[in-house]
Amino acid sequence: MLLEELNALAEKEKAGRKQICVRCCMSAGCVSSQAVEIKKALEKAVVDKQLTDKVEIRRVGCMGYCGQGPMVSIESEGLLYEHVTPENAPSIVEALAGGKTDVEKGDPNMPFFARQMLVVRAHGGRIDPERIEDYIEVGGYTALHRVVHDQTPAQVVEAMTKSGLRGRGGAGFPSGLKWATVAKSKGDRKYVICNGDEGDPGAFMDRSVLESDPHTVIEGMAIAGYAVGASQGYIYVRAEYPLAISRLQIAIRQAKQNGLLGEGLFESTFNFNVEIRIGAGAFVCGEETALMASIEGRRGQPRPRPPFPAESGLWGYPTLINNVETFANVVPIIQKGPEWYATLGTEKSKGTKVFALTGKVRNNGLIEVPMGITIRQIVEELGGGAPEGATIKAVQTGGPSGGCIPAELFDTPVDYDSLMKVGSIMGSGGMVVMDNSTNMVDVARFYMQFCMEESCGKCIPCRAGTVQMYNLLNKILSKQGTIKDLEALEELCDMVKNTSLCGLGQTAPNPVISTLRYFRNEYLALLQPEPPGEKAKTNGHLAGSTH
Amino acid sequence: MAVKTFTIDGQAVTAEETDTILQAATDAGIKIPTLCHLDGLGDVGACRLCITEVSGTNKLLPACVTKVSEGMEIKTNSERIQKYRRMILELLFAERNHVCSVCVANRHCELQTLAEEHGMMSVRFPYQYPNTTVDASHDWFILDHNRCVLCTRCVRVCDEVEGAHVWDVMGRGTNSRVITDLNQPWGDSETCTSCSKCVQVCPTGALSSKGKSVAEMVKKRDFLPYLMATREEKI
Amino acid sequence: MSKVRLATVWMDGCSGCHMSLLDMDERLIDLMQHVDLVYSPLVDTKEYPENVDVVLIEGAVSSEEDVEKIHKIRHRSKLVVSLGDCAVTSNVPGMRNRFKIEDVEHRAYIENAQNNQHVPRSVIPKMLPHSRPVHEFVKVDLFVPGCPPEADTIFFTLSELVAGRMPDLTGKTYFGA
Ligand SMILES: Cc1cc2nc3c(=O)[nH]c(=O)nc-3n(C[C@H](O)[C@H](O)[C@H](O)COP(=O)(O)O)c2cc1C
Ligand code: SF4
Ligand code: SF4
Ligand code: SF4
Ligand code: SF4
Ligand code: FES
Repeated sequence: MLLEELNALAEKEKAGRKQICVRCCMSAGCVSSQAVEIKKALEKAVVDKQLTDKVEIRRVGCMGYCGQGPMVSIESEGLLYEHVTPENAPSIVEALAGGKTDVEKGDPNMPFFARQMLVVRAHGGRIDPERIEDYIEVGGYTALHRVVHDQTPAQVVEAMTKSGLRGRGGAGFPSGLKWATVAKSKGDRKYVICNGDEGDPGAFMDRSVLESDPHTVIEGMAIAGYAVGASQGYIYVRAEYPLAISRLQIAIRQAKQNGLLGEGLFESTFNFNVEIRIGAGAFVCGEETALMASIEGRRGQPRPRPPFPAESGLWGYPTLINNVETFANVVPIIQKGPEWYATLGTEKSKGTKVFALTGKVRNNGLIEVPMGITIRQIVEELGGGAPEGATIKAVQTGGPSGGCIPAELFDTPVDYDSLMKVGSIMGSGGMVVMDNSTNMVDVARFYMQFCMEESCGKCIPCRAGTVQMYNLLNKILSKQGTIKDLEALEELCDMVKNTSLCGLGQTAPNPVISTLRYFRNEYLALLQPEPPGEKAKTNGHLAGSTH
Repeated sequence: MAVKTFTIDGQAVTAEETDTILQAATDAGIKIPTLCHLDGLGDVGACRLCITEVSGTNKLLPACVTKVSEGMEIKTNSERIQKYRRMILELLFAERNHVCSVCVANRHCELQTLAEEHGMMSVRFPYQYPNTTVDASHDWFILDHNRCVLCTRCVRVCDEVEGAHVWDVMGRGTNSRVITDLNQPWGDSETCTSCSKCVQVCPTGALSSKGKSVAEMVKKRDFLPYLMATREEKI
Repeated sequence: MSKVRLATVWMDGCSGCHMSLLDMDERLIDLMQHVDLVYSPLVDTKEYPENVDVVLIEGAVSSEEDVEKIHKIRHRSKLVVSLGDCAVTSNVPGMRNRFKIEDVEHRAYIENAQNNQHVPRSVIPKMLPHSRPVHEFVKVDLFVPGCPPEADTIFFTLSELVAGRMPDLTGKTYFGA
């Protein structure tokens, strides 16, 4: 494909647009509440009302306000409909022809939407993820054309570095530095991997990006391939995401058909292909070395690093591995320039971050906010504060590797370093709001159980330590624990954190450590007094040794 | 090849840049406890007993998979490390059913010796008493999951040295088990050559020869470095 | 110097540790100059006395009666010593832990019994679901692993205790020894 052809496609698409576009969310959440039937009902109503010249119904990706779905939006009319059903959907079309509808209306200008900053999710809820033409219409694949023709790989790496983008997979590693390392590494072959394993309980940021805008991820990977010198990419998606997988398959096929993936892209010498690899739903397979082992067909277990994937990755070749959201930032950075990107966010955390906001707030859903926004702004403005009668007590970020931030620290800005300082992490984007009815020891146990069940079993501290920590939490929760049990728990946290092989074990104690830091009283309140000179009747204390 | 100079427990040491801390320490006569490592096998860094403190990083680095570098100051036996090692050993004893007094490997077991060397006189963590089984289907050998520490030496020797890849690991977390073929009884294995390499490298009583009674299973591990040396010479 | 009030207790063990104790032979006589044996399967006292200085416990905690006993012992003793692997790790008694109590009883009293095949309910104390080490129930001050610990080890341990020192057993005994 040539740039002219690409532009022509975009023009043709624009010309074909009708006056009114009714967008119907078809992401996994809404699809599970009959979005497919709703879209059919809308289409039938358009025919019935003889509005086919004027109105088009478009399948789109996630609009974010998932708690209120299924959602239908009509941007030109400033309308947003919530909780739509196949039965009441036709009245939405009737209302366009002067009739009435009693479908619940939302406010597209409410802070939940207005306070967001859409970079990664700019096309989410707007374009049809199953039509490459939709993506091309909004400028898709021009960034790839630009780098392939106008920039050297080194310039692309330089742009990434300048943008200040940090990895969105959890740890926040500077992406430019990673790309530069892979670009420098010597190898007959190199690979690009997109990590879409997303195993944190309650997280669905990456799923939403893949379902709503698969091409931007693919284009981002191709740009990365060009920058680091790789011609093969893999997208690793968990099997629990069938819709994301099918949309990626469609997108890859369409991109190939249009010559946007494959050999000699844009008449250049650059080749790039993408294949999907489906994970079997093990959380640990999101860890980069385990993920690569899984792609290679081996047991998905982490291995010690170094060597890092950038030096020796897939089948021993230099490999760039980034998160879905990280790749979704690439196209905007190239399109609008790294300088623009570097103006978003804070000094050390650039850009935006997508969060899955859930728990005890009025507005649940997917939000994209600029880095540096405070937790209070997220909870109170976007989230709309606590529901009637509830008092918010803490916010959990970072899932099983993260921690709880108490209400008194809600003015903490959301950036990598500030969250770390208060004992949590940015993580991949889970954000759970908790109110006074939540027992923090119970929260710690929930995450510990998760880590225990997801531990791959390779190293002893994580494999056996999580079991003992989980048992201790259970014992404390059942009011059988003593202060000795709490001491044993803290010793285990320290040991498992410092001696485990991979990030899973190293961070598994975090939810316990952070709840102990801010909510120690909740633990103490559950403890049994210890009879003097005697330990409680049950197990698990630190028995004295001979030393 | 470049030579690096550094210190281990205050002692000045030089080693090739391709050496691990463990190799360098061993050459210098400094003992670092190990369990998953075995000379002649690829390292996996799984047991975490060989952790060391290295200047310039807060992370504890496993000696068996960390390469030496110039100016490193390595501590192999700080109080903190000793404490962690002991906890790791206690976790291992609590995880499966180790009854040394009736075990074929009694007095010849690396786990038992490690416990002794670390002054581990009791296990502070509650014993898990898992429902682990014994596979005695092989004509010559016995697999006793009660004693397995999941070091994967058997997996590696069978794959890397014997080339049969009979063994693998199944399941997750504490429910992980070593398996033969696709979790078929060992005796039914069509890939096992009965070479006994796995039995000899197994650090505990998990793999033993049939007919051995309590404390009779003495492993012969010398074959491995010898075998690897002869193979290298041939090449 | 007043004598050390010593007790020895036999819980769920095979009595091997007590045999090993007796294996100290003539050294026992030396030791008894400094020790009053106030309670033991080897002497006649029925009730565990108050103010015991040192108690050696052989065996795991396996029945409800053991639990009661071990708490009483802890209350009435200054220094509790887990003697032998059964007390320290639950060892052989613990080998039944993987099975249900009913299955264990059936195996012992019915399958393997020649006559009078029935599970006794009245005279035998009720078994706990697991036989467990002593320190999982009460604080233990000293561990002497070994199956059984050798007479030398026991002698060393007692001599040190009598001399008012906490014995360092590193390298002297180990599990299964
Ligand atoms: C237990 C564990 C699970 C992980 N799961 C994911 C995941 O689901 N998605 C992801 O992108 N990164 C995950 N990571 C982080 C990856 O190892 C890796 O750092 C990341 O994909 C790098 O991408 P980034 O630099 O763009 O963040 C996980 C790490 C660990 C230790
Ligand atoms: S820390 Fe846990 S998940 Fe990671 S390698 Fe060790 S056992 Fe596996
Ligand atoms: S394998 Fe070793 S530690 Fe385990 S019971 Fe046997 S001798 Fe004891
Ligand atoms: S006996 Fe040899 S071939 Fe058989 S499982 Fe063991 S190492 Fe593999
Ligand atoms: S069977 Fe032996 S060699 Fe194999 S993993 Fe278990 S302990 Fe290690
Ligand atoms: S010997 Fe190094 S981790 Fe096991």
